[in-house]
Amino acid sequence: MLKYLPGVVTLQLDSDACVGCGMCITVCPHAVFAIHEGKAEIEDRDACMECAACALNCPTEAISVKSGVGCAAGVILGRLGKDGDCCVGTGCC
Amino acid sequence: MKTCCSKPSSSEDQAPCCGPTVGRSSHGESIDPSGIVAHVKTPVGNVPVVSTHLTPADHLGAAMVRLGFRRMDYAVDPGLYAVGNPTPDSPVLVSANYKLSFDRLRQELGGIDAWMLVLDTKGVNVWCAAGKGTFGTDELVHRVQATELGKVVSHRTLIVPQLGAPGVAARKVREQSGFHVVFGPVRATDIPAFLEARMRATPEMRRVRFGLADRLAVVPVELVQGFRYGWLPALILFLLAGINRHGYDSALALVHGSRAALMLVMSLVCGGLLVPVLLPWLPGRAFAVKGAVAGAILACGIVLAGWIPMGGTGGKLDAAAWLLVVPSLSSFVAMNYTGASTFTSLSGVLKEMRYAIPLQIAGGSVGLALWIAARFFQ
Repeated sequence: MLKYLPGVVTLQLDSDACVGCGMCITVCPHAVFAIHEGKAEIEDRDACMECAACALNCPTEAISVKSGVGCAAGVILGRLGKDGDCCVGTGCC
Repeated sequence: MKTCCSKPSSSEDQAPCCGPTVGRSSHGESIDPSGIVAHVKTPVGNVPVVSTHLTPADHLGAAMVRLGFRRMDYAVDPGLYAVGNPTPDSPVLVSANYKLSFDRLRQELGGIDAWMLVLDTKGVNVWCAAGKGTFGTDELVHRVQATELGKVVSHRTLIVPQLGAPGVAARKVREQSGFHVVFGPVRATDIPAFLEARMRATPEMRRVRFGLADRLAVVPVELVQGFRYGWLPALILFLLAGINRHGYDSALALVHGSRAALMLVMSLVCGGLLVPVLLPWLPGRAFAVKGAVAGAILACGIVLAGWIPMGGTGGKLDAAAWLLVVPSLSSFVAMNYTGASTFTSLSGVLKEMRYAIPLQIAGGSVGLALWIAARFFQ
């Protein structure tokens, strides 16, 4: 499995707020979470791509992540004051 | 047909809610990107039935979309569609109005009776659109209401592709529309198995992959983009190549200019094609590093192969210039491939950009200066 830069992602999980519903496991495309003893845990933090599907779908708002698209072209276009749109017809950007 | 179609609507609602129309291309001829073969009667009017087989025209359309040409002409009109012979009990699968998303889904639904609810994502695929929020809670709720889905089906379940989850808050959809969201598998190929298993996805179905085919699929549009920006610098180098200390010599432009243009193309192909292909095996995790390494190997190979005449000071300067320019440019192009990959985070991209961009600019500028200096030693 391809891995990106280690130790950079902003993903945070508040275990006290977690109710163990497993929604984060359902929506995560990179198997970042696992359930242990009725609570979600971050099992593979560096696999997170900060899409924030988990945070949006967590019923107790136990997850926070500074979401964004990991796209250099988008960042550059954004800095140049253009629409940060890197998804021009690509299959899975 | 329902009367709601007759009212002139906002650009967001180009399609009548009760049934999509055939799109008109900017060039005049009509394109029907949706593959409508019949209509099925429902309490809210006729709903178009689409084929589960793709035609050569669909494949041509897919190629055009892949290359980024006339992309919006191939956007599917948002609304409700059917495959097979669906009943009020049949499942509802949600998709985007990006032609490839729509085609990939209907292609997998052979022998299945289902409804397809196509959201208006401005012709962008599910995942990208979800990231932007156009494939999102609001549009989903709006589309459910606009199509009067509640009158077409008796159940209250929407199967939303898992990659739509960054935009779709399942709880909010339920609160606002009464429909329960079930997140389906990542890939449309797994839909039949998912439906078979009473809407349960295996962990394998929930994971995004980035195999060779996935990596290559995004290459054409990246290269087209590269050439779109790259032709002007290539032309400038071509013209500059004629400069020598005696003035200007168009024969020199032809020899050195063609070589310079070719080197730029090779850098682009290196960062935009070789790096994606070799992604798992290139050293480093940052894409900029992978691109620089691939570019450095390529540049060394070119120099060692003797493709750059090294005679005299001019030749040596030329070689040094390309040893800097090729890795810098390849690094930049590869860095931009982060947007096409499926596993890069914004935090990571920002981190690599912070150190990579100054180095790319430095390498490119020094290389260019050396190359221009070399002109005066001809």
